[in-house]
Amino acid sequence: MKTAPRGTSSGGPGGLRSFVARRLTLGLVQTAAVVLLVFALTEALPGDAAVALAGDQPDPARIASIREAMDLDRPAHERLADWAAGLPRGDFGTSLTSGRPVAEYIAGGFGPSLLLAALTLALLVPLGFGLGVLAARHEGRLIDRLVSSVTLAVYAVPEFALGVLLVSVFALKLAWLPPTAVGYGTDLIGHPAVLVLPVLVLLARPVCSLSRLVRAGMVDALASPYAAHARRYGVPGARVHYAHALPNALAPAAQQLARTIDWLLCGVIVVEALFVIPGLGTVLLNAVAERDVPVVQGLAVVFGVLTVVLNLAADVVAYRLTPRAGVAA
Amino acid sequence: MNDERLPGERFPALRRRGFLAATTGAAALALTGCGGGTDDKADSGSGGTPRRGGRLRAAFAGGGAGETLDPHLANLFADVARAKALYDKLADYGADLSAQPRLAEKWQSNKTLDRWQVTLREATFHDGKPVTAKDVLHSYRRIADPKQAFRAKASLEPIDLDASRARGDRTVEFVLKRPTAEFPNVLAAFGAYIVPEHAGDFDRKPIGSGPFRFVSFTPGRSAVFRRYEDYWDGAPHLDEIEFVVANEESARVNALLAGQVEYAHELNPTTARAHEGRGQIEIVRLRNSAMQAFCMKTDRPPFDDKRVREAFFLIADREELVAGALSGAGEVGNDLFGKGYEYYADGLPQRAQDLDRARALLKQAGAEKLKVTLDTSAVAAGFTEAASIFRDQAAEAGVTIDVKTGSKDSYWSDILDGGTLCCYRSGAMPIEAHISQRLLTDSTTNATQWRHKDFDALYQQAQSTRDKSERAAVYERMQRRLYTEGGFLIWGFADWILGTSRKVRGVETKAPANTLDWARFDKVWLA
Repeated sequence: MKTAPRGTSSGGPGGLRSFVARRLTLGLVQTAAVVLLVFALTEALPGDAAVALAGDQPDPARIASIREAMDLDRPAHERLADWAAGLPRGDFGTSLTSGRPVAEYIAGGFGPSLLLAALTLALLVPLGFGLGVLAARHEGRLIDRLVSSVTLAVYAVPEFALGVLLVSVFALKLAWLPPTAVGYGTDLIGHPAVLVLPVLVLLARPVCSLSRLVRAGMVDALASPYAAHARRYGVPGARVHYAHALPNALAPAAQQLARTIDWLLCGVIVVEALFVIPGLGTVLLNAVAERDVPVVQGLAVVFGVLTVVLNLAADVVAYRLTPRAGVAA
Repeated sequence: MNDERLPGERFPALRRRGFLAATTGAAALALTGCGGGTDDKADSGSGGTPRRGGRLRAAFAGGGAGETLDPHLANLFADVARAKALYDKLADYGADLSAQPRLAEKWQSNKTLDRWQVTLREATFHDGKPVTAKDVLHSYRRIADPKQAFRAKASLEPIDLDASRARGDRTVEFVLKRPTAEFPNVLAAFGAYIVPEHAGDFDRKPIGSGPFRFVSFTPGRSAVFRRYEDYWDGAPHLDEIEFVVANEESARVNALLAGQVEYAHELNPTTARAHEGRGQIEIVRLRNSAMQAFCMKTDRPPFDDKRVREAFFLIADREELVAGALSGAGEVGNDLFGKGYEYYADGLPQRAQDLDRARALLKQAGAEKLKVTLDTSAVAAGFTEAASIFRDQAAEAGVTIDVKTGSKDSYWSDILDGGTLCCYRSGAMPIEAHISQRLLTDSTTNATQWRHKDFDALYQQAQSTRDKSERAAVYERMQRRLYTEGGFLIWGFADWILGTSRKVRGVETKAPANTLDWARFDKVWLA
């Protein structure tokens, strides 16, 4: 679900429209496939919701009665069909374990996830591009080497380790920031201090990959014959940099950004667990452990749609910026 | 994220970590003075005159967005902690797992022990209405509803609820299906909370008779309760208690260290060691009660031969298992459940490793070069470690153990009838309950497949014996038999570890999880 193919196009606004339409249809099919696959995989897991629910009291009679109460004794395809029938009405079904609407689960987890994603993104774009451009402009010199090696080093640190490190230093040792968002679950925005460390952890790796992409794209373009040609014509350096070389880096960067947003929205479980932020990743993890199939499926739909839409948007941006890429793809 | 309907209407939600929690428990019982280590009573546990006021925030591992405040669905430690703040049971377990009266003021049985009269104390629900016999019967009938699968249903099974009656407002006459000398244990059963007959939505407006009344609840995040001034056992010292959910142990510790919470439940032994005596936070060890065992299926080879079972008892180096699998946070076991509890047979000699005798027994049984598969899973702390330690110990006696790691979500169900040898653990419950749930022919979770008519008869005899010392003698006979040839190789009892901030007082340390004083906040105060 992560890799929607790059679109083809024949240029012109009409081409763009049919390109988008084709991509949306394909996206729908992809999402349906993801949901089917997730359903099949969840069914294939050992134990069902009744077994998970019974826990260490696996009294067979009790499991049987739980199963009956959950309608798990009906054939899998019937349960899937029932659930799918509700989708067009926007009904994601109800949780097996709590009987609450799945939509409520998704809505509850989406807020924190969206907030984290938005904040991270707001900082990621200027930082990533800034560092990339800075390095490219000083290619081969000290600043470039510094930026490149630091970004590579930070990229190599797993989020989990970085999170633990930041918490021990800034929250426990220096006591500048709270170590977790415990107790603020419903009101994160009202306590911005709790968001600093999680956002830093989330930023760390995407900033590195984005800035390296931007740098590489610009360096490539600056070494190309058309940049050399522009310089020979006496086009000022800044203009060569920002009007000619930078756009060349934008297309891959847009793709990378889409992947990052997707990753941020589809639940960043490590960060959520470490900082006690109840986002979508936490909801998914719980639902899988509980074999709460409707919740897992609901999330699969949301994640599938998000992925398709984001990739489509990235492709449209890429198409706009570098029409030539479309021809090649 | 409030819920629109009564979750119980649809289906009981026991969540994943539920089993980790509930029965898994912990606990303590600081029976033998807890030899060495920290004091029995941590600093936080004692000292000073209670001070009124303040809000205590307590961090527990929770159940995510599916959590509910319906006390009959309680399954996780967090559920139980919230349930006992809002509700009461008729009885609850003391530190030795004997039933102590709570909403019940007293109980008394007829001669044949199959009819019990329970008198309620004068208590009121949070809406001011008195707790009556009708509420009790309503609660028990709700739990026993055949269409539901509430956890306490099995515990209430001895009660004939159709024949049981309210005799006046504060007297319930329970008619039992058979003599049950330990009936008070039923009243204290896990999840057997009393809810008012007029109970509404449990998640929006729960009404109980407990020490705290409802303020707010967001499933998977936080629950805030306020002192109930008219609580029958004395109003709590705290103004408010907030239960917050943090599933990662490191998050709970960090929140405690940084002062975001004052109480953190369920910490690792390594965390405890790192912070014990360092002055930043208090570590409270509830000793000796999460039973740690290997289960041998006594109905199939090779464990259908009692010599093989005895050989396995002798293979285990219990000290090494406690040091390795529990990081030293625990005490060795003697193949009997419930160390330090009422009726525990503590006169039996402590078993120790004896590889020569184990080899000889295996030889007699014709089981030299024995190969066994040991089922384990990451479902409980220390399981996989215990399995690999025991594998190495068995190798010294010439037994090859193949460790098989299974799914943690379905582990308990997988090992109930499948396999021959598995890792097992259990939280605190009375020894009688352990026997009735796990060791009788018709037990629902008989993981050792221990089915003996004469053993069943002994249990019935105990339940029909009025005199307590005579009853104790019967329990001792049963335990002696289990010690000699049972299927539970009980190698240890783990500590349950809590952390509190330095200003928290009144945390009881002799309180196994699932007992009255564990996770009890009405007697706690902030200095």
